Amino acid sequence: MKGSRTKERVVWTVISIFVLVYALFPVASILATSFKEPSDLTSGKFLPTNWSGVNYEEILVGDAQGLFLSSLWNSIGIALIATFIAVVLATLCAYAIARLDFPGKKLILTTALAVSIFPVISIVTPLFNLWRTIGLYDTWPGLIIPYLSLTLPISIWTLAAFFRQIPWELEQAAQVDGATTWQAFRKAIVPLAAPGVFTTAIIAFFIAWNDFVYGISLTSTEAARPVPAALAFFTGASQFEAPVGAISAAAIIVTIPIVLLVLLFQRQIVSGLTQGAVKG
Amino acid sequence: MASITLKNLVKQYGDGYPAVNNVSIDIADGEFIILVGPSGCGKSTLLRMIVGLEDITSGDLLINGERVNEKAPRDRNLAMVFQNYALYPHLTVFENIAFPLRLGKGKHTEDEIKRLVTDAARTLELTDHLERKPGNLSGGQRQRVAMGRAIVRHADAFLFDEPLSNLDAKLRGQMRSEISQMQRRLGVTSVYVTHDQTEAMTLGDRVAVLKKGVLQQIASPRELYEQPVNLFVAGFIGSPSMNFLPATLEGGVLKTAIGNIGISVDKATAAEGKRVVLVGVRPEYFEDASMVDDAKRPHGSTFTAELTHTEWLGNEQYGYINFDPDPEVRSLLDSLARDMDADELRPQIVVTLDAASRIRGGRPAELWLDTRRLHLFDPETGENLTRDAEAGAALTEEANTARAEEIANARGREGANA
Ligand SMILES: Nc1ncnc2c1ncn2[C@@H]1O[C@H](COP(=O)(O)OP(=O)(O)OP(=O)(O)O)[C@@H](O)[C@H]1O
Ligand SMILES: [Mg+2]
Repeated sequence: MKGSRTKERVVWTVISIFVLVYALFPVASILATSFKEPSDLTSGKFLPTNWSGVNYEEILVGDAQGLFLSSLWNSIGIALIATFIAVVLATLCAYAIARLDFPGKKLILTTALAVSIFPVISIVTPLFNLWRTIGLYDTWPGLIIPYLSLTLPISIWTLAAFFRQIPWELEQAAQVDGATTWQAFRKAIVPLAAPGVFTTAIIAFFIAWNDFVYGISLTSTEAARPVPAALAFFTGASQFEAPVGAISAAAIIVTIPIVLLVLLFQRQIVSGLTQGAVKG
Repeated sequence: MASITLKNLVKQYGDGYPAVNNVSIDIADGEFIILVGPSGCGKSTLLRMIVGLEDITSGDLLINGERVNEKAPRDRNLAMVFQNYALYPHLTVFENIAFPLRLGKGKHTEDEIKRLVTDAARTLELTDHLERKPGNLSGGQRQRVAMGRAIVRHADAFLFDEPLSNLDAKLRGQMRSEISQMQRRLGVTSVYVTHDQTEAMTLGDRVAVLKKGVLQQIASPRELYEQPVNLFVAGFIGSPSMNFLPATLEGGVLKTAIGNIGISVDKATAAEGKRVVLVGVRPEYFEDASMVDDAKRPHGSTFTAELTHTEWLGNEQYGYINFDPDPEVRSLLDSLARDMDADELRPQIVVTLDAASRIRGGRPAELWLDTRRLHLFDPETGENLTRDAEAGAALTEEANTARAEEIANARGREGANA
């Protein structure tokens, strides 16, 4: 019994280490590259010969500053707004799906799924033409709207699944305990629903934050271009130098908000909070 | 403190199925009412209608004489323990119990809340767990937290939906007497749903038996036991349950599969005109013939039967007799069993024998049956043909008097302590 326990633990440790290395090696490689000097890029070594901040300097205060900082601002703004709208709409929608019985409930879920499996690349050309005609090309709303089509379906699905697990009897228990309808919702349901909403928000934010295809196709200037698209416009110090260092530095910087978000909301994402509410 | 009146209550769910059908009950102030019935008979639905969580399709619900059909749950001031606890998982045990108190903003000071919650926790033996979350508690502890939340505030009535179903036998017994004493002490009107025979018989002033949403009978436990109105109530109340023996009535003698049983004239006249009747006999109406007092013997009839086996339980023993019913009667017994939630009603008679009896299975044995107490049922309608309504009412009246005395005593003690 005890022997099999330790054996199990060893197996799990090995698997975890393998997955960690597999997932983090590229990140480590990019991190190392971002500290390399341009001449060092082709050295073939993993670690930089000289740790230098020249790439960060370039994108934050140097030549690429305009390109990078404006795109960073665009990315943050657009992703946040898209996330906010998606989460609000999806919460309302998922609430209705989880709580009410109405005709067309299945249809909504299937449609959401259908929208999300539609390949992005097939929509982007018609959208490009349409946006140019109606003046949404190269604007924030011009990106927020297609991002909603990416984030809404998954938000609706995750939240609907989450809401279905909430013991809604608690609302009734609270009403019997003397709460008004609104109090019952706020004191018994919201604390349980919040983790699901936060988790969904983070997923939605990732999707908007990471998009490249819409970002590069529907923008043309710094007015709305997000970071992933901007990276493609980086040029080296000279025509013959690859901008690999600067791109790596930018990639590291755009990873930071994501890491921060996860750390910040870690406590809210804890699952299993509804455990113990009802029997069974 | 409140009286609750149910007038022809009907609940139809969306699919048109009447989960509660025309139920009328008058619950007096301070009375303890038990609702029993097989699973799915509408007990929870009825409770939820009283508390205001389920719309009333038709009929009237009155609390203290005032119609409350349209009132929100919070305006009815009733406390309920849910069948599945319904605890707030994000709050500690303390906060769970304090929840109803905190909702009445400004009504209680922080000190008062603390005192009330610790008092309730002490009653329920939850003191050590006040800072824990419900998710980390055992089923029994959760159930007690749910109880705590109900008793902590001064509600007009308590509604319990199988509050003890998840406890082990020992704790259940302990909680049962706790509830009983608390109810007497506080004198709070209570409605209590249960599956448990012991709870039904010991806790309530009156027990209401439901079947498929229809109220069968409401009476004191003793009246239900001794004067049931129909087959269903007779079979549902009591454990082991009443034996039903098909019989034909010929000149004051019941011809049954286990022999002829002579019955009194008034019982025979009550069943006049029926070709076949079902004889309802509780196991304890039987006895080993050799152990019956001579004084008692003439009140019953003696017969010989072969027991398949006996079970010795220390204080008494059970014996089993198999019999062969007609196919017609058999289907009746089967449908009766279905009504009562059992798989089949085996054509078997259970008899209770004295623990000292030497009767063993496999040999013919002399048994005595107390014929004064048996009942005859109409196999078609299930109606009890020999029910003595007056005797039944007297039993319930007796229970009421005893009850009033107990409450007075409990209050007197309370007064003396204070
Ligand atoms: N929301 C609902 N919609 C439709 N039918 C329902 C609903 N809730 C309950 N019912 C039906 O109403 C009937 C009574 O249910 P109820 O929960 O009151 O039974 P119960 O007596 O409490 O049973 P148990 O002892 O198993 O708790 C059942 O037949 C059930 O199928
Ligand atoms: Mg129930």
